[in-house]
Amino acid sequence: MDARKEHESAQHRTTVQRQSDRELVVTRTIDAPARIVFEAWTRPELFKQWWAPRSLGMRLVSCQMDVRVGGAYRLNFGTSMDFFGKYLEVTPPSRLVWTNDEGGEAGSVTTLALEEKGGKTLLVLRELYPSKEALDAAGTGAADAMGEQFDQLDELLDSLGSAGQV
Amino acid sequence: MVQYSHPDLDPSFAALSDATRRGVLAQLARADASITDLADRFHMTLTGMKKHVGVLEQAGLVVTEKIGRVRTCRLGPHCLEKETAWIENFRQLWATRFDALDRVVEEMKRKERADGRKKRA
Repeated sequence: MDARKEHESAQHRTTVQRQSDRELVVTRTIDAPARIVFEAWTRPELFKQWWAPRSLGMRLVSCQMDVRVGGAYRLNFGTSMDFFGKYLEVTPPSRLVWTNDEGGEAGSVTTLALEEKGGKTLLVLRELYPSKEALDAAGTGAADAMGEQFDQLDELLDSLGSAGQV
Repeated sequence: MVQYSHPDLDPSFAALSDATRRGVLAQLARADASITDLADRFHMTLTGMKKHVGVLEQAGLVVTEKIGRVRTCRLGPHCLEKETAWIENFRQLWATRFDALDRVVEEMKRKERADGRKKRA
């Protein structure tokens, strides 16, 4: 890998840090102005294209978003998997705060901050959980979800392979 | 049964909640060091650094060994393996998501440029 490419991939690397018992911080640089990233995050037809990537075997069946303070959103992944909550803060193109209410009392609050610099956007996403236990469990949940999704992907690849489409 | 708490992770996270202790781990990842070295590097008293190392040792993140009058610290054998795995689940999920976001954003930019050309034409 040449030096320039290495630099690029380092810059675009997704980092995740447990900032405290209750908080997780995710960062990523996106090669686009903040207004474009904000749009991709707040227009359902765009959001649907990336939030549940096909490579994870997820499928976002429907997505409703009423992007204003107090407005509700609901993401449906088919079966019984609904993710929902409401927007607490909507400040285009730099800030979006929402609740994740599907977890009931263990639900987290997510803050998305977009900071534009030279045409690129540093994205900082903070997930604040009500307790340490809730965040610990979310990690387990993420592991389970990832496992499940990779299983689905394997199945998909297998079926494609046997159908001679790969 | 699904287990939702990880009591064995607790001391590790408490140990990691302090910036100096995270710095000490980063330092030890590069090379073993004595408590005196670490105290110097982090501009602390020997007593203060002993306390930090004590917390890291309790959590199993660091092991120390006294040779003569010098206590040398190095990373514990299982340092951060569990924490890394736990975090890695989140990272994979978000990394995959953001790679997909990159593609959406590229398409949006391409459309904008095309629209811009149309307007000028």
